[in-house]
Amino acid sequence: MENGHLGIGAAFVDALLGYLVVFIGLILLMCVVIAMGKIMVASTKKAAATVKMTAPAPAAAPAPAAPKKLAPGSAGEVKLYDTDPRDAAMIMAIVADKLGKPLNELRFKSIKEVK
Amino acid sequence: MLSSLASLVTESGFAAVFLMADGWKNLVMIAIACVLLYLGIKKQYEPLLMVGIATGCLLANVSALGGFGNALYHQELWNAFLDSTSPYHHSYGYIMANGGLIDLLYIGVKAGIYPCLIFIGIGAMTDFGPLISNPTSLLLGAAAQFGVFFAFFGATLLGFTGNEAASIGIIGGADGPTAILTTTRLAPHLLGPIAVAAYSYMALIPMIQPPIMNLLTTEKMRKVKMEQLREVTKTEKIIFPIVVTIFIVLLLPSTAPLIGCLMFGNLLKETGCTDRLSDVAQNALMNIVTLFLGLSVGATMVGSNFLNIQTIYIVILGLIAFSFSTIGGLLVGRLMYRLSGGKINPLIGSAGVSAVPMAARVSQRVGQKANPSNFLLMHAMGPNVAGVIGSAIAAGFLLSVFG
Repeated sequence: MENGHLGIGAAFVDALLGYLVVFIGLILLMCVVIAMGKIMVASTKKAAATVKMTAPAPAAAPAPAAPKKLAPGSAGEVKLYDTDPRDAAMIMAIVADKLGKPLNELRFKSIKEVK
Repeated sequence: MLSSLASLVTESGFAAVFLMADGWKNLVMIAIACVLLYLGIKKQYEPLLMVGIATGCLLANVSALGGFGNALYHQELWNAFLDSTSPYHHSYGYIMANGGLIDLLYIGVKAGIYPCLIFIGIGAMTDFGPLISNPTSLLLGAAAQFGVFFAFFGATLLGFTGNEAASIGIIGGADGPTAILTTTRLAPHLLGPIAVAAYSYMALIPMIQPPIMNLLTTEKMRKVKMEQLREVTKTEKIIFPIVVTIFIVLLLPSTAPLIGCLMFGNLLKETGCTDRLSDVAQNALMNIVTLFLGLSVGATMVGSNFLNIQTIYIVILGLIAFSFSTIGGLLVGRLMYRLSGGKINPLIGSAGVSAVPMAARVSQRVGQKANPSNFLLMHAMGPNVAGVIGSAIAAGFLLSVFG
């Protein structure tokens, strides 16, 4: 290195090393996130199972709740995150129009605003 | 009376264009500022920053023609600030005593405060859910830093010093605040052209990326519909920024300002009990800092500094950096397509160049062109936010090697 100038060899090694560091850093982070996800999923399942086992048996079987009346052709409710019901309706209508399919043949699970 | 008129004429900025040694350069920069204003206002190229940068450039060059006392930005003061032999080396007091408005605002850039505050805002606006639900996105975020190191290597071949090459390379990270922070630390004299190149190319992503995406993927690949992502729990979203901060900063301490602030902003968003702070970070803080950053970065585009062959090289290398980052992401996307048996659409790889959410939108648009029922946006958001972390790590590496 002369006056801060790098030779071709040194520049190549630095570039390669830098790219490797980014890859290794993010691969390690990926492992951490995967492990975190597995722990979270396992603990959620465990908690759900514990609740199921420890729940006292009901004295009498409760009368089944009246099923929620769904619109004809509906597949259930859409979860909305940071989205106005009005906007959600509009989005669903646009998607159905773009796909050229009737709205009740499509199933929307959730609509989330991407900021 | 005649002498008063004569002094009024000779002291005017118009006369300075012809009388000052670099007067014509200021005039050219005023014209460039007007072109940038046109691109920001009429063409909507990153207008929130472009209008500020263009106005900063305009004000600095117009006021420079009015003489030292009237200038809003004084390049001479900052030259003395950077000169290790000057008695005012690293003296903010000297700048505050003699500087104009933009000199004072520029202290925030110089001290690396604005990029970090912007990262808090970006963190508060970012949803890491798609990344948490599909952690392999991180590989695409890493791959898309290829352009950073390719341009770094290219810049050294063109005769730039290591510090300058590192600052030029980081343009490929497609992340304005990261580019500004890195350049301020490593090659402050190149801040103007690097910031303008970074933000201009970010605005041009919808034009730069699609031809490369079409070239590197087949019609069959572009049509791939990806499976729905799993739902991420609130707890995971709260733990994620804490884990990333601890892990990445311990791994590469020089990433602390960027990763720390990004994750702090995200934590404010996800906790659910700091909504007011999250709102301030996303809106008021972000807007104020964007205003200051744009003006002060634009002001560094003074004619005598900006109009040289280095600026042309930086503009070309910036484009190369952006293009090769896109190529890197797409190639690893293709690899993942093969390894997954055709379940991953390689188009999401190009979103690994941070530029949130513009790059993800481009993936969505190109994918939908091939298959109108394809919705890649949420899948592309994973690599997109991974790119922000990736470019911060790349910057951290360059800062630790050359800083």
